Amino acid sequence: MITVGIDLGTQTVKAVVLKDGAVVSRGKAFSGFDLTKSAQQAVDEALKEAKLSLSDVNHVTATGSGMEMAPNANSTISMMGADAQAGVFLFLKARTIIDVGAEEARAVKCDDNGIMMDFVVNERCAAGAGAFIEAMARALEVKLEDMGPLSLKAERASPINASCVIFGESDVVTLIHRQESKPEIARAIFDAMADRISSMVHRLGVNPDVVLVGGVAKDVGFVASLKRKLSIDVLIPKYPEYAGALGAALVAVRRAKKV
Amino acid sequence: MKGTPEKEDVEYWRWQEYHRIFSEKKWKNKDVITAGVDVGSVGSKAAILIDGEVYSWGVMRTGSNSPDSAKKALDWAMEGTGLRVNDFKYIVGTGYGRVNVPMANKAITEIACHAKGANYIWGPSVRTVLDVGGQDIKAIHCDETGRVTSFLMNDKCAAGTGRGMEVFADLLKIPIEKIGEVSLNVEEEPPPVSCTCVAFAKTEAMGLLRKGWSKEKVLAAYTHAMAIRMGNLVKRVGLEKEFVITGGQSKNIGIVSRIETALGVKCLPMPDWRDNGLDPMIAGAIGAALFGKALYEKAQKS
Repeated sequence: MITVGIDLGTQTVKAVVLKDGAVVSRGKAFSGFDLTKSAQQAVDEALKEAKLSLSDVNHVTATGSGMEMAPNANSTISMMGADAQAGVFLFLKARTIIDVGAEEARAVKCDDNGIMMDFVVNERCAAGAGAFIEAMARALEVKLEDMGPLSLKAERASPINASCVIFGESDVVTLIHRQESKPEIARAIFDAMADRISSMVHRLGVNPDVVLVGGVAKDVGFVASLKRKLSIDVLIPKYPEYAGALGAALVAVRRAKKV
Repeated sequence: MKGTPEKEDVEYWRWQEYHRIFSEKKWKNKDVITAGVDVGSVGSKAAILIDGEVYSWGVMRTGSNSPDSAKKALDWAMEGTGLRVNDFKYIVGTGYGRVNVPMANKAITEIACHAKGANYIWGPSVRTVLDVGGQDIKAIHCDETGRVTSFLMNDKCAAGTGRGMEVFADLLKIPIEKIGEVSLNVEEEPPPVSCTCVAFAKTEAMGLLRKGWSKEKVLAAYTHAMAIRMGNLVKRVGLEKEFVITGGQSKNIGIVSRIETALGVKCLPMPDWRDNGLDPMIAGAIGAALFGKALYEKAQKS
């Protein structure tokens, strides 16, 4: 049985193809202007890699903030539902899944079947999401992908106001003028964001095992800060940005069987 | 093109720094001369009072160094008055940088100072003060003496603050002092932008511009959203008439008129600060100087 999960995020669209419940391929495209087209691209790429065509697919489930724009979707699943499914599939003992994306962050509590029990969301504020790191990297004049490794060189963090992107930008400029070192500023940026995410997770309750997914999970700087703030180990899958799409594809398996 | 600045060099966020002396008033050594210095995140304001009456003030942009900004603001309020720092009986620092006012005898929170200052500017009927500063918004409730009875604050978020407005002025390339009028220059009020976060609203605004919306319409949609946010803060603290707005955004007619619509009340009339009236932006500094007078007199009695 072939199922496809599509995660239509604010920055990228991800697709995962499952064959009998196991991952066979992945595809990704920038969200751009036309989400439907981008989603089609991501799905095509994944199917091509798996040497399959759309006619082979039994069920397509979409998730993500743009889920209603998904092409050929048979059903949809909430982002939290998809996170929970993927978390337990990837790490059997996962009970808390933290998903940090480009414009939103979530924490989901789930049971041993990967069913969502409770969740908290940081939305409508850029300070708790990938957009924050991007904006700060711009202010610091450091490439986004260099931010994490740079921050790991710091021994301490310079204090910044990280509760708002707009204020954070001014703070970073002030620190640069004060000639604080870039690694220390970078670490402060991650610490501040991790602070925000960890307080969000604490509202939900930290149940081990804790899994971190979403594009920001690939940033070593953020991961190091989050581990420090939560004082707990955080599990990260090999392809964290595909977790939403994976969760959707897993839901598609169940739904295909029902039909 | 010699002499004309490059387009990109224009600083749309920059507002006019100025100072004022009520020259009909004269000071004498025996007078109780006090000063209030309000070091905000964006603007630094200093007001000088003679026997509790406003004599002069200065308004300027806060630099990266709070003590310097405090000193400069006070120097500017003193310019042309013949006053020296030694002439002050008491100086009170307030605002975001209040602990960094080196010449101050005491620091008092800006919430207390704004309520006191609003009471001075508009009189004892004022009950609700919305102070919209550079970096935070405060809704304050006060009694007929200008004493704070309750307050709510929105900080750590640029939405609705002066700083957020500066970001939009820059984005749309509209001088900050024109932003209010420009936002009202629409045939019909557009729906508010959906994002309150300034970073996201910026992205949303760029999308709207690409869709062919005029700058005026985009600005109206943003201003509308911010006014709703500020109005909600006032509702939460409890709106009681008379209602006034202080801080830099009190000069933004686009914000003020939309808050009035959102709350269904009119603010007390704005003093004509451009001519010979008091400036609502210096309410905090006036309040601080008034506290200075009270503190000085208390010390004299004991």
